[in-house]
Order: sequence, then C-alpha cells, then structure tokens
Amino acid sequence: MIEAKESPSQTPLIQIEGLKTYYPIKKGIFSRTVGHVKAVDDISLNIYEGETLGLIGESGCGKSTIGRSIVRLENPSNGKIFFQNEDITQYSNQQLKPIRKNIQIIFQDPYSSLNPRKKINDILSEPLIVHKLVKPHEVQQNVDQLLDAVGLPRSYKNRYPHEFSGGQRQRIGIARAISLKPKFIVCDEPVSALDVSIQAQILNLLKDLQQELNLTYLFIAHGVGAVKYISTRVAVMYLGKIVELADKADLFNHPKHPYTQILLNSSPLPDPKLRNKERLIIQGEVPSSANPPMGCRFHTRCPYVQDKCKNEEPLLTGFLHTVACHYPLG
Amino acid sequence: MQTVFRADQGDVTAVDEVSFQIKLGETIGIVGESGCGKSVTSLSIMRLLGKEGRIQQGEIWFNGANLTELSEADLRKLRGKEIAMIFQEPMTSLNPVFTIGNQLIETIRLHMKLNRKESKAYAIQMLTKVGISRPEAILKEYPHTLSGGMRQRVMIAIALACKPKLLIADEPTTALDVTVQAQILRLMKQLREESGAAIMLITHDLGIVAEMADKVIVMYAGQIVEEADVFSIFEKPLHPYTQGLLQSIPGTENNDNNRLFGIPGSVPSIQRMPQGCRFHSRCEYATEKCIHEQPTLKTIKPNHQVKCWLY
Repeated sequence: MIEAKESPSQTPLIQIEGLKTYYPIKKGIFSRTVGHVKAVDDISLNIYEGETLGLIGESGCGKSTIGRSIVRLENPSNGKIFFQNEDITQYSNQQLKPIRKNIQIIFQDPYSSLNPRKKINDILSEPLIVHKLVKPHEVQQNVDQLLDAVGLPRSYKNRYPHEFSGGQRQRIGIARAISLKPKFIVCDEPVSALDVSIQAQILNLLKDLQQELNLTYLFIAHGVGAVKYISTRVAVMYLGKIVELADKADLFNHPKHPYTQILLNSSPLPDPKLRNKERLIIQGEVPSSANPPMGCRFHTRCPYVQDKCKNEEPLLTGFLHTVACHYPLG
Repeated sequence: MQTVFRADQGDVTAVDEVSFQIKLGETIGIVGESGCGKSVTSLSIMRLLGKEGRIQQGEIWFNGANLTELSEADLRKLRGKEIAMIFQEPMTSLNPVFTIGNQLIETIRLHMKLNRKESKAYAIQMLTKVGISRPEAILKEYPHTLSGGMRQRVMIAIALACKPKLLIADEPTTALDVTVQAQILRLMKQLREESGAAIMLITHDLGIVAEMADKVIVMYAGQIVEEADVFSIFEKPLHPYTQGLLQSIPGTENNDNNRLFGIPGSVPSIQRMPQGCRFHSRCEYATEKCIHEQPTLKTIKPNHQVKCWLY
C-alpha cells in the first residue's frame, strides 16, 4: 500500500479550501430564508494520490455533504475545491464533464442507487458511451471486464437490479464507479447496509481495486471498524467541522480530541472479557447544525469542558497530527 | 419449532428444527446474516406471523403456557405485558398519528389496570427512567419530532412499562449512531439488573453480543448451527460459519493491515435450500458427506452444541 503522508513535497490530488455548504431554512408563504443549516462549515482538507482518507462522525455531522460537494452533487456556498490544482468550484456542467470522469462516487444504499428499470448491462455501458471512452463495438467487452473485476459472473449483465442481493448490488455500484477509470472515488458508507461477512468481501474488493487501478479514496463511514481497516489517514468530524486529523495508527492509538476518544470507545468490541470495562459514554445527541453551540461545538457534551471552551472556538492546529481542542489529551 | 410461510409456489420453510430455552434473568444473543430466520424466530414466539405464516411443527412454552395453542384473546393479554418487543426501526414502530403519551399510556392502562391519572404519572416515571430529560413535554409530542435515539428510548419505555418477564429486542440499536448505541446498551443493562427480565437479543453485530449476552445462538439458513455460552463462542468457535463471522469483523487487531476473511457467497434463498449441510457451498472444509447428508446438532461439551460433520 502506498504511504501518503502530509508532506509539502507531494501535491494533493484533491484540495479543499474553506469549504462551506449551507442549506437555507425556508418559512412562510413567501419562502423567506430564516436561517441556514451549516452542514459543512469552513473545512480545509488535502487528499493525496494513492491514499485512503477515512472520514468518521455521527449522522448529521456533514461527512456525506463533503463527499457530495467534491463530486458537485451539492453546490458549495463558499470555499474552493481543487482537482489536480484546477479550481472546479465554479465549473458549469459542461466544464465538469471531463472532471466527472475522474471523480466518481459509490453510495450507501445499494437498493436506491441503481435504476430499477435498467438492466445491469445498460447501467454499466451508459457511462462508457456518454464519455465516448471506448468504440461502440468494444462496449460489451468492457462491460464483461468490469463484471470480472468486481467478481460477478458475466451472465448477470442481462438481469435487473432487483434480482441481486445487497452485496451484489454494491459490487455493481463499484463496477459503475470504476468504469471510467477514475483517479478518485468518494465511498459514501459503502458497507454500512451490508452484513458483516459481505462487508468483508466488499472491503477486500475496494482494497484490491485501489492497488490495481491506483485509486484514491475518500472513505466515509459512521462505524469505526471499516475505517480502521481501510484508511491511511483518518479525519473526525463533529457538527460541520473537522476536529482531528491524523495518520491512522496515530489517531487510533493516541486520540487527542475528547470526541475522538469517546467515538473510538463507543462501539462494543467482539470480546466478552472486556464487557465490564468502564467506558466513557457521552450524554445526549448532536446539537442542531442550524444553531451550533458557541465556542467549541463539542463543549455541551464534553466530559472535560472548561470555561474557555464555552466562549472561544478552538482552531485546527498541529503539523502531522492536527486537532481542534483547547485542552488536547495526552 | 418449524415456521412456514405460504407463497405462490407452495409453502416455504423459514425456520426449521429450532429449539432453545431462556431462563429468567438470562440474556441470549441470536446472531446470523440477514435472511437466517432470526426475526422469524422471534415473531413466532409472539405469534405475529401474519396471514401467510404459521408454526407447522413444535411447541413454544412460556412460563407453563403453550403459546402455540393459546387463543388469540389470551395471547393478546400476554403480548406487551408478559412478553414485550423492541423493533429495529424506531421510525416505523411508533404510530405517527398519535402522541407519545397516547401510545405509552394505552399500554399501561390496558395491562396494568390503572386509571388515567395514575397511568400518566407512571408514564412520566418510565420516561424518566429511560433517560428522557423532559418527560411531561415529550408525552404531548408526536414521534416525528423526536430523534432516532429518543424514539428508541420511548420504545424501551413502552416495552418495559408492564415489567415483562421476557423482552425480545430485534436489532435494537442497528439504526443508531455508535455513541447513542452505547447509551442504549447501558440503559438495557441497567434495566435488566433492576427488573430481572430475560432478554432475547437479535443482532448481527458480534460486538453487541460480546457486550450483552450470556448465551449465544448462531443461526444459518433457518437453522441453529451452534449454541454455547458467550465465552466459548468467542474463544473457541466450532462451526466454520461462526469462525467466518468472527474473522469478518474489520478493525480488530489481527486483521488491521491484512485482508479480511469474508465468507464467500451469500445466504441461500429459502425456496432453494441446498441438500445436505446448508452451509456446504460456502464452507472451506466441505466434504462429500456434507453435500449429501445433513448434520445434526451435536453436544460437544456441556453447554456447547454444534451442527457440523467436523465434530
């Protein structure tokens, strides 16, 4: 696996600068905008070639919105997104077309992300035809190769999505994403809806394809296990902000942000001998991102909260291991 | 027990040859992939099988009563009072057109024979118990105004209101975030200690089983393939399917940078069950015998049974 570390010598494949994605809250008969849901609030992030950046956080923290903003399924309110040093934030659909070939996405729900009225053959050949990537008589051959690559029998191409199980559908979703030979894929919770044995198959497949095709992933998940398995670096999000970003081993062994520590300890381990270990559990749930708390956004649930946290917002600091906390751990 | 469903092409057997016991105060975890018959087993106990489903063979005994022969009226008295259930989807298991108070107080009045005022006071007491901070206000609210974690707390309050002897929890935390899941699991542990109820916990998350269960039942394709106490299952799993499930868990120490194990293939459909051992097509140890003959559940040592020709 290619080691990608935050080093100035390497140019990032994807560069995000001060990204903000807000959704307006509308009320009344004139649909006046009365406020904004700040799904992603001022995020800067680099993703390097060949790495897998894991992104974890609770539901509603904005992790999917980042992914969707990169693919431009959402239009960012502010900030810039660079792909190979090219600012694509303001690109029109026409200008985006060649970029989209390089940036693909795999969705969470394999049941709703495939068109139920199209055969697998049509689903997989459409992107090839639209982007004129292969000659018309070579399309079928390409579809066969894609099915081989994701481990599905070639004969399945004449079937409809409803004839497949969740794991098989996710394989089709992956085949569609890699069909244009992209450089970068956003994996938006690709295994969350699957059984653990099938999860393992899909995670292995993603890892194999990454090596074969030299892919770069943004791997979004709310479960810790899959991210720990597949990532090179991991970013932790809370309420639209990144609170910690570090190398995988560093983050899992020495979390500096209290939220990271709690999140990592929350999922029960498959070892009954550890069951009576006292665990730190945070109370309550994520506050609304329409009206985030003052100061550090985590202060309402933080077990180590101090006065300073309530008034002053901490900045993301550090070189290789960055953290946004006034009183980082250890 | 055998549960069958009527389908277009004839009857299909969803659950077959399933036998187990739950003692008072015990928690058993039922694990397996989707489509293994975990939920059908629990719905059979409650006899919530709909028009098409029926228990073909076998008996279910609860506290001296044979549930399979009980009349619908008698069963209604048991459901919710003696046996309560928490479902996976807190979004769909509460009625959206009634307030939380309506639904909680309905259960309490029906089973506990309290008057309106007493029921309300008891409802508030229950909501406080499950960690809801403003119970009086919540009683007047509708389910859609609550978050997933809050709804699951309300479901737990409804389920435990009548002090059931058996609580069936079908994937109670699957739809929740890990932080909220940790809160709900801790709550269930506390309530178990207070009430002494038996819990039947259905989940596909082996971490939750390790955390909560005393005894574990592993199901595959509608049958029990292994049954043991929780420590034996995690230390020395016998059935290749159980071993595969444990090795598939990502992010544990032994597979951090290596490949995950992953069981090849997927669960067979109930209309086309394979001959012989139902797991043979996905099993790395399969022999000629496994393809033709079905193994029986064999006791290897006290409290450890396995359905496999290897033993």
